[in-house]
Amino acid sequence: MSYDKPLPRIDPLNKPFWDAARQNRLVVQHCPACGDVRFPPSPVCPKCLDPNQDWSEVSGRGTLESWVDFHRAYWSGYADGLPYRVCLVRLEEGPLLVSNLVGPSDAARLGAAVEVVFEAATEAVTLPKFTLSPDGAGEPT
Amino acid sequence: MNDLARLKDEIAVIGVGNTRYGNFPDVDEYGLAAQAFRNAVADCGIDKDRIDGLLVCRIPYYARMGEVLGLNPRWSLTLPPHGRMSGMGIIEAATAIAAGHATHVALLYANIGRSRRVNYGGDESPGTWDPWGFTSPGAAHAMMFRRHMELYGTTTRQLAEVSVSVRYHACLNPDAVMRDPITIEDHESARFITAPLRLLDYCLINDGAVCMILTTKERARDFRKPPVLISGFGAQETFSPSAIANFDMDFWHPALRVAGEQAYGMAGVKHGDVDALMCYDNFSPTILFGLEGLGFCPQGEAGRFVEGGALSLGGRLPTNTDGGHLSNSYMQGWALNVEAVRQLRGECGARQVPDCEVVQYVQATPCTRSIIYTRG
Repeated sequence: MSYDKPLPRIDPLNKPFWDAARQNRLVVQHCPACGDVRFPPSPVCPKCLDPNQDWSEVSGRGTLESWVDFHRAYWSGYADGLPYRVCLVRLEEGPLLVSNLVGPSDAARLGAAVEVVFEAATEAVTLPKFTLSPDGAGEPT
Repeated sequence: MNDLARLKDEIAVIGVGNTRYGNFPDVDEYGLAAQAFRNAVADCGIDKDRIDGLLVCRIPYYARMGEVLGLNPRWSLTLPPHGRMSGMGIIEAATAIAAGHATHVALLYANIGRSRRVNYGGDESPGTWDPWGFTSPGAAHAMMFRRHMELYGTTTRQLAEVSVSVRYHACLNPDAVMRDPITIEDHESARFITAPLRLLDYCLINDGAVCMILTTKERARDFRKPPVLISGFGAQETFSPSAIANFDMDFWHPALRVAGEQAYGMAGVKHGDVDALMCYDNFSPTILFGLEGLGFCPQGEAGRFVEGGALSLGGRLPTNTDGGHLSNSYMQGWALNVEAVRQLRGECGARQVPDCEVVQYVQATPCTRSIIYTRG
């Protein structure tokens, strides 16, 4: 069955993120000069403007900062899967990511602990998504 | 130290005009803008050849616009279609006049999104988060409102108060697109688009155009209508996280505070002096964010502030008295600024705020702006 949802536009700047995801690793762009971390990647470090940026693996743990349930399919590939839940996650290491909250999520609340899971969309693309952590408890922020 | 404060009451709005609002597949931006321009010229009685400044927004080509109107101004500026350019454009035009770039500036905005079926999401506006299905400004506002609910206990019934008050005003405005009254229950039973936001939390998408004409306070006396003065304005951008477009973790509260304080200080106006608020309402939560950021209530308390029809005519703070983007017309802030002018002139008929002397415009967006207008 072909995958009919949107796929990332992989370019030289973001390719390391998608290469890592295929290996079930979550990485964020990192500045060797000042230590700043972020996603999506930037051509220079927004803090110190150093153009030499690399990538560092993160724990995959974070807190739930918000979520939205889509009841409208902006792409036809979502039409049979409504509603679907999009989440906003603050990684332990700092960056904010938008992703999907998968698995049981009735207990979703601000500050809940979440962790990354990897779902292969196609042979070339794996999407990092998040689930509520089994122990559930996060500190409200 | 605030040199801009010298511009207090120096620039006036002398003419305003708009088209009808609706679905007009047979006319383009130039045609709509030309109608609005004709109406604004007639409104103030200016000889259009005195217009030596032209600002266009969401119009494809400034030079074609000038050609259509027979204008070769000394100054022109083009702004993109984003829904935050009205506040920016009005301030830019005012400062351009103050600097001497032009004496009479026409500002033109046109939108053909309804007849051309603009969606504001999906492949029409590609973004970083498309692979996770996250798209559209509405979803970003839903993400913020969910945070507001979680942080402060704000409810969707409180949010409904915003849509109900704004629709009430549209019912008093013969030119508004949506004129059927709604109740809190109607809001609560409307279909979800991006939960927690429902259909009635979303603005309209309609065709139309708006024109404003600005000049100096001294020159303003030459025209047909009483001038409305730009007494204060303020600005603050919030450019991160721009990868999550139209989103701010803190509801643009810091930026609103900065822009609001600048505008209040420049105008010499306090919250209690504001007779009506015009708040950019692409989605209903932005009105809550605007109220909190400007300081009409403490952060987190806008849900309680708006209860009981506080935003309706006759309430504590009449807001978006034309019906706003939610129910009058999606003119991306431009029509709200026109409404501010008409309220201060006393031209608003059934929706007129009595003894209206001070009207504040605010846009809670990545480019936050506030403008305070007073009766000249």
